[in-house]
Amino acid sequence: MARAMPRRARRGVDEITRCRWMWTGPVKRSRQSYDGVALVAPASVPYRRYSIESAHWWIAQALRTSLQSAGLQKADLDGLCLASFTLFPDTAVGLTQHLGLSPRWLDHIPMGGAAGIVAMRRAARAVQAGDADIVACVAGDTNHIDSFRQLLSSFSRFAMDAAYPYGYGGPNANFALLTDRYMHEYGATREDFGRIAVSQRANALKNPRAIMKKPLSMQQYLDARPIADPIALFDCVMPCAGAEAFLVMTVEEAERRALPYATLAGAIERHNAHADDPVQLRGGWTIDAGELYEMAGCTPQDIDLLQTYDDYPVISLMQIEDLGFCAKGEGPQFLRSRDLTISGDFPHNTSGGQLSGGQAGAAGGFIGLVEAIRQVTGRAEGTQVAGARTAMVSGFGMINYDRGLCTGAAILKGAGP
Amino acid sequence: MTTPLTPPPRKNPEKRTVSPTLPPAMRSRAAMGMTAAASEGRFALQACAECGAPQYPARDACVGCLSPDLRWQDVSPNGKLLAETTVRTSTNLYFRERAPWRTGTVRLDVGPVIICHIHGDVAPHARVRLLNRLDRSGQGVLIAMPEHPTPDMQDDPEMRVLTSDPKLRRVLIADGRNPNAPAIAAALGRAGATTIFVGEAERWRPNPVQAALLDLPGVSILPLDVTDTASVQELAGEIGGKVDILINNARFIRPGGVLSRGDTAFAAQEMEVNALGLMRLAQAFGPGMCARTADGVNSAVAFVNVLSAHALVSLPDYGSFAASQAAALSLSQCLRSEFRASGLRVMNLFVGPTDDDWHQPLPPPKVTPKAIAADLVRGLQDGLEDVFCGDVAKELVERFRAGPKVLEREMTMGGGS
Repeated sequence: MARAMPRRARRGVDEITRCRWMWTGPVKRSRQSYDGVALVAPASVPYRRYSIESAHWWIAQALRTSLQSAGLQKADLDGLCLASFTLFPDTAVGLTQHLGLSPRWLDHIPMGGAAGIVAMRRAARAVQAGDADIVACVAGDTNHIDSFRQLLSSFSRFAMDAAYPYGYGGPNANFALLTDRYMHEYGATREDFGRIAVSQRANALKNPRAIMKKPLSMQQYLDARPIADPIALFDCVMPCAGAEAFLVMTVEEAERRALPYATLAGAIERHNAHADDPVQLRGGWTIDAGELYEMAGCTPQDIDLLQTYDDYPVISLMQIEDLGFCAKGEGPQFLRSRDLTISGDFPHNTSGGQLSGGQAGAAGGFIGLVEAIRQVTGRAEGTQVAGARTAMVSGFGMINYDRGLCTGAAILKGAGP
Repeated sequence: MTTPLTPPPRKNPEKRTVSPTLPPAMRSRAAMGMTAAASEGRFALQACAECGAPQYPARDACVGCLSPDLRWQDVSPNGKLLAETTVRTSTNLYFRERAPWRTGTVRLDVGPVIICHIHGDVAPHARVRLLNRLDRSGQGVLIAMPEHPTPDMQDDPEMRVLTSDPKLRRVLIADGRNPNAPAIAAALGRAGATTIFVGEAERWRPNPVQAALLDLPGVSILPLDVTDTASVQELAGEIGGKVDILINNARFIRPGGVLSRGDTAFAAQEMEVNALGLMRLAQAFGPGMCARTADGVNSAVAFVNVLSAHALVSLPDYGSFAASQAAALSLSQCLRSEFRASGLRVMNLFVGPTDDDWHQPLPPPKVTPKAIAADLVRGLQDGLEDVFCGDVAKELVERFRAGPKVLEREMTMGGGS
């Protein structure tokens, strides 16, 4: 019995088991491309700090806006992929009846900040395989007074058992711990994180939908009210109500309808990566980013703009490192040498992201993706990056206990402005 | 360095008494294993019976090998503080009112990474020792302590709410005729209790321990007969708002089981004192104590019962008495539920046969008043719920946990234990 064995012997057994697993494990195959898939009709319903409407309302409005911009009827849809935290007691299933849809392909993605990337991956494969012709990917959440507090209290079992009883700082406290460790490990300063927040605010001022309307200076960032040290007010997103949507169809269908479209050059996802790292300083991107660039046939130098998941600046920085724009720990130096605004040499979160656009629940996992579709199809208007033809979008979601578990990323291509 | 607590100023009746809010109480069933360990002050984690892997947070299957055989085991509580934050605002009302609140990430030497409270004397990135304690919601939580004791470490605000420490608190000892009363009063005085009220029934009768009690600083003797509802209510009316810890040490004991007694007279008296006395004290003092559980330095913290360990299983030679103890134990469990919303703790001190007249027929070891007093104060300082005092009680509970039916047969075979 393993229990009775001395420690060393047990390790021996583990090694044998592991070798056998490698021997009999699945044969590594190359990924199939997403050729022929078109991403169209990006839609955003302007966010509101608080809303008396339900998630159903927000989702319906996003779906309607997206369909209208594509000149489609809801009867034309045969696939629906949904992400929402506040739809309870409904899921995507209840929504089909609520909205009068009859899809032949249906999915519900409970992955928060990674929901956009994951929904797109699922929908793209369904369209490629012919399981559906036109899939709507929609994310939306409402925000009533006190609903954020109630959402937090039922987020995950590990959080309930092992995080909330300790100060109940919510995600603020979790990311404060990651930020503290990152600063200690790599010598980052608050000012380094400030560069992300301040440049995103500059971007947001060019986006009429962004919830933040006032400029933010570095001094204001540094002087802000502390929330959970070292995190202060402008490191945190503002919970709000909102919704985002886009459609996935074949390139032929998009061209037949004369719709501007983005193509999907590559996409990855990974969950619970690096579980043995005591504090999360990297995400699953490090495992899969190489294959992502390989699929897309490009390198970080070819990326015209980057949309990271920015619930906190440290997470954006982690993505910039893990997606290969600089080495691990060199993020602070990288930020000091680059301009992250729309007209800068490293356009990042061009719509203002969540930090300045607001976090509308699961829509936060879509905001960068929807903006990237606009950018590479030349429809970003005030936030348009000149010559934007290749965009990278990254997602990160679900603080289950001490870290975010879901990561995803995609490279989108388009004809540009 | 911890700032030592100072005696609270006289209470200003115009000021609001802080509401007895609670930290998050919801836990999975698995996580409550930690609560069970905390109720006795043990630091335990789940470990896999098949592969040995320690688990945290609590799981229903081993994270290493998926075995369902996870057992709570006492493990080394030592580790290192990797990251920390000070939560300055929270959506939870308990922590909001107590902010700033220091929490952090500790990696245990045995492996798991733990988010926990951090004692104020822990230096950044220092080695720490974790304690498992009950918080005001009655659930087990972990706090990182300095590796070596520091002065006044019990006075740290995050520590203070995890204990029922008598320091600067006012205590009522219900039965000043019990031979253990002077030892308990003396130990509480040494532990920093400021006022020690001692109840005395039938004051016209000589009390052999009265002189010893009056020799102690801070002691005042007041009339209290736990078998007389009016007497209990009268005293509660007089001092109820000033009792922070209530120690129910009232006991009536006579030898004999069911057939060895000719009637139920002694049994009625045992119930009257040991079970209904507890009920009267709780009914008269409980509501006032519940209202004052967040009332600063001398907030109400604990309702303590000194019970016989034979509350768990009968001792036929004292079978009728044991039944009254079982009734008292059951009532104390009920009280825990009724006190839950306030955070007032019920601590039961289970003692083996005490060294007094009524236990002369039993062989040693027996528990001395001094031992009862020492374990009682230690239990309060550690915020425990269940304390087993003396070798007989410790052995009995071990046998009880190994198999209550086997223990019952052992106890009733004749010859007792």
